[in-house]
Amino acid sequence: MSPRVTFPNKLLPYLLLAPQLAITIVFFYWPASQALRQSLLREDPFGLQSTFVGLANFRRVLNDPNYINAVQVTVIFSIATAFLAMALALLLAVMADKIIRGRGIYRTLLIWPYAVAPAIAGMLWLFMFNPAMGTFAYMLRSAGFGWDPLLNGPQAMTLVIAAAAWKQISYNFLFFVAGLQAIPKTLIEAAAIDGAGENKRFWTIVFPLLAPTTFFLLVINTTYAFFDTFGIIHAVTGGGPGKATETLVYKVYNDGFVNLILGDSAAQSVILMIIVIALTAIQFRYVEKKVHYG
Amino acid sequence: MKTYGLAAGIAATFSILSTSSALAVTEINWWHAMTGANNEVVETLSKEFNESQSDYKVVPVFKGTYPETLNAGIAAFRANQAPHIIQVFDVGTGVMMAAEGAVKPVAEILSMGGKQFDKSQYLPGIVAYYSKPDGTMLSFPYNSSSPILYYNKDIFEKAGLDVDNPPKTWPEVFEAAKKIKSSGAAQCGYTSTWLTWIHLENFAAWNNVSYGTNENGLASTDVELKINAPIYAEHFQQIADLAKDDTFRYGGRTSEAKQLFLSGECGIFTESSGGLGDVIKSGLNYGLGQLPYEPSAEGAPQNTTPGGASLWVFGGKSDEEYQAVAAFFNFLSQTDIQARLHQVSGYLPVTLEAYEATKESGFYEKNPGREIPIQQMMGKEPTENSRGVRLVNLPQVRDIQNEEFEKMLAGQQTAQQALDNAVSRGNAAIQQAIGN
Repeated sequence: MSPRVTFPNKLLPYLLLAPQLAITIVFFYWPASQALRQSLLREDPFGLQSTFVGLANFRRVLNDPNYINAVQVTVIFSIATAFLAMALALLLAVMADKIIRGRGIYRTLLIWPYAVAPAIAGMLWLFMFNPAMGTFAYMLRSAGFGWDPLLNGPQAMTLVIAAAAWKQISYNFLFFVAGLQAIPKTLIEAAAIDGAGENKRFWTIVFPLLAPTTFFLLVINTTYAFFDTFGIIHAVTGGGPGKATETLVYKVYNDGFVNLILGDSAAQSVILMIIVIALTAIQFRYVEKKVHYG
Repeated sequence: MKTYGLAAGIAATFSILSTSSALAVTEINWWHAMTGANNEVVETLSKEFNESQSDYKVVPVFKGTYPETLNAGIAAFRANQAPHIIQVFDVGTGVMMAAEGAVKPVAEILSMGGKQFDKSQYLPGIVAYYSKPDGTMLSFPYNSSSPILYYNKDIFEKAGLDVDNPPKTWPEVFEAAKKIKSSGAAQCGYTSTWLTWIHLENFAAWNNVSYGTNENGLASTDVELKINAPIYAEHFQQIADLAKDDTFRYGGRTSEAKQLFLSGECGIFTESSGGLGDVIKSGLNYGLGQLPYEPSAEGAPQNTTPGGASLWVFGGKSDEEYQAVAAFFNFLSQTDIQARLHQVSGYLPVTLEAYEATKESGFYEKNPGREIPIQQMMGKEPTENSRGVRLVNLPQVRDIQNEEFEKMLAGQQTAQQALDNAVSRGNAAIQQAIGN
């Protein structure tokens, strides 16, 4: 450890922190406090009348069977998306690591989808699999497979998970590639000399050494699945059929911006905020203990 | 919000720069949701109005889909940045009406323009829908439409159906759909856009059955839904049965099913008359018919209710600005403009004179079927079941209905169960929305 750097001027450190703090306050604390305030009010869409109702909005939200449904949908969706995106990215990274010629090209091509905006990724998948106009949907149907995500809940879920995971694979891939490069080749070679097969080498050396990367990605992917997938769901299913793909974030949007029930919507975003804070805290508290940082 | 503010700031700066030579011009903003050909109409109308006089200037701004435009307007109002005119779709009418302090009745504004406002020159069915229970017209009907039946003449011929006589009742539609499917003329017999608007709201009006208590919400905001009555359940059970083997295909909650008709997959199609433009453009050999009715219903067919959108004016603006709005609305009401709007877009004319003028011009003889939406709406004096549906949270109630329909079409529940659920969930949502 190098000795701690101290500033001679008492004001300077605060000045240097100010821009970052200002951004956090304007884009996080201020809207979050607004949501908190709104969650305790009952207000018409135009804000002409508002009454303080205490925790009534929260009570109603938590007693709503549709909210419980959204929780279940979110859990299934997030686990599946995060697992699929990370597993496939790891597989691709390990494979790309083995290639010697044209490595750069493979990597570049695999990273590209990350540049696609979520809503556009959703549209791409929709164009391929929409039963009314999708090419693949047409092929599936003519092959005798009853493909209809407009009415079939599990199929719709599969579609949004695939789209959401596809979009995130590139990002995960990038980090896994970097992680793999940081693993000393000598360790792997030593194991090979000792007679460990490829599978064995991966699970006993590579995978544990990748743990910091995997953990970081787990946090990022969970938040991604919770929040950033809104665009995909909005474009592909709009939460339907029924409420089969209505995640918590989508329900916040739907209740607030389509149905104009601001109090309920704000209460839901406050709950969502608590869930994500708790989730991240748990991940850091328990999962991180099992991670070795080189 | 930040970007809105910034964009508005930039826009304001530009407009100050560009109009600095003519400071006397009163500028009014018109937020709308029209895309494609209909957007061109908005631009043309504004341009023509701006060129027709030099005191006022209308600036149209596209704000996204109907719900997005409404939300943008609400957000702007809350930030004291409301536009002068906003286009709100039919189901948003209840939302706007509930916000009495936020809007200025159009009847008041039109009389500010110097001319006495004469309600009788407007189509009664449309005006009634956009008026308060006491008769004050609140918004200006801009684009009104009515659901009609479209059919593919080539498919009809292949299936051995009468090409010149489209089915008139629902049983006839279902029979024809089965024939199309079984003869192999097309993969699917019948599809429809907007199940909620066509098969519930208009189904109620057209067959003269109640949709909800208190005159479907026109008399009071406290409404109890009646859409699980046997006539609805039987109707939807037939559709659910046809959906099992794709004789009926579901396209989506709004107008997605149009694609199924335009691609020739489905032979019969119910959709807004406003969708005619796309059907014409596709080059399909199409025919038009009246919206089908239920022959067992007494007095059917009654009349259909207007869909589409109207223009609302926000409160809290200066007199000068309201005079500008009045001048613009008077400009829009002119017979030749209304007649042109109607003939280009498939939307209904708003004034009786425009309808008469179109009739005299021989337009309907040259374009058979184009008069159908007007006749449907004007045919009979409306009853308390057929003046329209107005709920403070109709968008939410429609969502609930769509969710239940989707479960029904997927075979998870019967039509009766779907409608019972839609009624109990819808009633609870209405009670919550009106604050009980």
